[in-house]
Amino acid sequence: MSLNVSNLTVHHGAICAVNQVSLAVPTGKLAAIIGANGAGKTTLLRALSGLNKPTSGVVNWMGQTITGVKPEKLVRLGISHVSEGKSVIPELTVKENLELGAIWRKNGKEMKESLDQVVTIFPRLGERISQRSDTLSGGERQMLAIGRAIMSKPKLLLLDEPSLGLAPLVVEQIFQTIRDLTTEMRLTVLLVEQNAMGALKIADLGIVLNLGKVVAVNHAQALIEDPAVRAAYLGY
Amino acid sequence: MQLLNTLLIGITAGSIYALMAIAFVLVWRSTRVVNFAQAGMALLSTYFGYEAVSRIGSFWVALPVAMIGGALFAALVELILMRLLVKHASSGPIAGVAPIIATLGLLGVIRSVISMIWGGQDLRIVAPISNNGFTINGSTLVFSPLKLLVLVVVAVLLILLTILFQKTNLGLALRASAHAPEIARLSGVRVDSVRTLGWALAGAAGAVAGLFQTVNGNGNFSPDSIEFSLLLVSGFIAAVIGGLDSLLGAVLGGLFLGITISFVLMYVSSGLFFIAPFIILLIVLFIRPQGIIGVKAGRRA
Amino acid sequence: MFILGGVVLYFLSGMVDELRVYQGATIAVYVIAISSIILLTGYSGQVSLGHGALMAVGAYAAAVLRIEFNLPIILCFVVAVLAAAIGGALLGAAAARLSGPYLAGTTLALAIGLPSLANQFAVLGGEQGLLFDVGFPPLALGEDFTQYKWFFWIAALAALISMWVVRNLLSSAYGRAWRAGRGNEVAAQLAGINTARSKVLAFTISAGIAGLAGALLAMTIGTVSPSAFPLALSFSLLTGAVLSGITTLGGVIIGAVVLVAIPEIADVVAHRLGSSESVTTNLPGLIVSGLLILTVLFVPNGPVEQHRARKAKHAAQHASSKKDKH
Repeated sequence: MSLNVSNLTVHHGAICAVNQVSLAVPTGKLAAIIGANGAGKTTLLRALSGLNKPTSGVVNWMGQTITGVKPEKLVRLGISHVSEGKSVIPELTVKENLELGAIWRKNGKEMKESLDQVVTIFPRLGERISQRSDTLSGGERQMLAIGRAIMSKPKLLLLDEPSLGLAPLVVEQIFQTIRDLTTEMRLTVLLVEQNAMGALKIADLGIVLNLGKVVAVNHAQALIEDPAVRAAYLGY
Repeated sequence: MQLLNTLLIGITAGSIYALMAIAFVLVWRSTRVVNFAQAGMALLSTYFGYEAVSRIGSFWVALPVAMIGGALFAALVELILMRLLVKHASSGPIAGVAPIIATLGLLGVIRSVISMIWGGQDLRIVAPISNNGFTINGSTLVFSPLKLLVLVVVAVLLILLTILFQKTNLGLALRASAHAPEIARLSGVRVDSVRTLGWALAGAAGAVAGLFQTVNGNGNFSPDSIEFSLLLVSGFIAAVIGGLDSLLGAVLGGLFLGITISFVLMYVSSGLFFIAPFIILLIVLFIRPQGIIGVKAGRRA
Repeated sequence: MFILGGVVLYFLSGMVDELRVYQGATIAVYVIAISSIILLTGYSGQVSLGHGALMAVGAYAAAVLRIEFNLPIILCFVVAVLAAAIGGALLGAAAARLSGPYLAGTTLALAIGLPSLANQFAVLGGEQGLLFDVGFPPLALGEDFTQYKWFFWIAALAALISMWVVRNLLSSAYGRAWRAGRGNEVAAQLAGINTARSKVLAFTISAGIAGLAGALLAMTIGTVSPSAFPLALSFSLLTGAVLSGITTLGGVIIGAVVLVAIPEIADVVAHRLGSSESVTTNLPGLIVSGLLILTVLFVPNGPVEQHRARKAKHAAQHASSKKDKH
């Protein structure tokens, strides 16, 4: 297991958003976290990447305890978080957004290599490399956000609702890319999704969150076939 | 000829306002605070420069000394005051006004401490070159070698600052932290340190503005110099005209303000010296509340 | 309660020496000025550094009327309030479109710019300023009723009246609208409050009160001049308001007393330390500014509110421990 979370609790003021959550993701696997609005998915992800401070519990990554470590340090340990809502900086160009992802590495040559790699994965970004990123379409922005994360050479990728607000065709494309990246780069991925069906289809592992608690963990395929999950989250 | 004179005086004054406006913008971008102590910090840096001049005798040593001193002091303020402010006063009914009040308090502290150390009387920094106007075809301009020097130095600093912001990783970190601190942190930028750096750069820019405001005037300065109150107000107004978030806007705002004031004083009334900036600010806020280089959000803080 | 306060003050003023009476008058002036800041900043959430300038407007209005038309003193004060209120309404109209630092900067520019206008018009008397004489105390008050005592009476009466007015305003629907707008402007608008109009109103009333304080300050000094209303005055008022607890009117006397006491305390401290003259003259300024920062950082809601919060917490703990025993 590369990512181990045990009894993690996170509060928003007086509200307990994540309640005693324990989960484990093996190296190179893609885990989908699904659940209704307000189930605590985003808060959980933010606690893992250091944006929110957990009240209690332990997060362990590759044998190292990382509970409460700041995000800027976690990036250096190989953890990259793409936050909700196409997290790109509109005032910067596409190239600058990508370079930002590798900024802590301070090595010009490596940065160039990573840049070539991302452009190979997302040729569309290569075409628009010197445009300001607020001229991009929604799908392109999501590619850019993921591209920025790839630039930091992550081992663990935390993705928050990458399908949010995108057209169905584009969603399919993004999901396929996430699947391919996981396999090709041997990434460990935690994918938070409102689009439960799409996420479970590409995932190895499914985790269902309800009111801050883990209510089901299983192989993604098994969850798709589970009648209770189908009724509650897949809508048929 | 009078027209040219007025224009050149305005551009020189405006370039000093532009530096001050840049200081405001740098601080605003890094911590979302308008630093009303900015002119106090510029004044303190001018005293640093004065000490250097009186010991070593060269303005060219005083300038970097003032810049470094100003930068260090500003960094210290960010590290202590701003972080305490975030820790203790970022919520509650007066959270919105707490930074304003705190920087005003700082302005008062700086002025009192300066008066205690150096006394309240006028001190003098002599300009490195002549402030007597150039002579063209027998008639003398108000524009002088000193004013030319001010323009050149400000231009060089602006170019250096542009290179820093546009061409270096540090500049990318500064811009990313200003626009989206959370994304910057997730990309590995140490946003806290970048904020301190933003304040330090502002301190250095303010130091140059303070020294030039002094030598471009009559060379005298004191804790109660009206020159520094004017620098505070003009720098703030120039920054607001420029949209408060944009370095280019700050430069344009400074030049616009300097030239406008120069023309008002020449062609309307020289008695409007202190009230003109206020009137210009009101007009700008009513006509273009988003500044020259507009931000969409309007005047919220 | 206000009447009781008045009676107490009346007896007190008979017992202390002249300097204290004069300081008492100054405290009363500060109480008025600080309450205008509390109304504006604490309730309506707008920061003004131009209140020194608005006080000047009130003072000049009163002095000009007194000199040019020899109006009765009470009318002069009324006009001071009206003149400053008009100035405040104009400024408030601009202010309603601004927020936070933009407003602070704009009023700062005004505070620096406005006093210089005094030199532009002959009727305002330039740097020397104008004399402002409220006249001798009425003979009916007795032979030994001094000039300063008369000042004190007028100022204290004005302070009691304005406190009464401000308190009622703050607990009225207007006060609630201001607080709602301060907390969350959008939410207040959705609740049907015209926040722009509400802010202009707050600014107008606050300016009027500041104008009264300005005229009273001019009365105690005897003249009206640009140097009596420096930028430092606006800063002091803000400090006084923050020290009083900017969100409650209850502590207003604390700020006023501290502002008057600081120069004296600083004087004593400086003499004890045997400091040089430059330290002695600047110590009050340092203390005022230092207190401003420390209060904002550590007692942001002021001593009164802090005390109340602590007491409430105490009571809650007490109650819960009682419950445990049962």
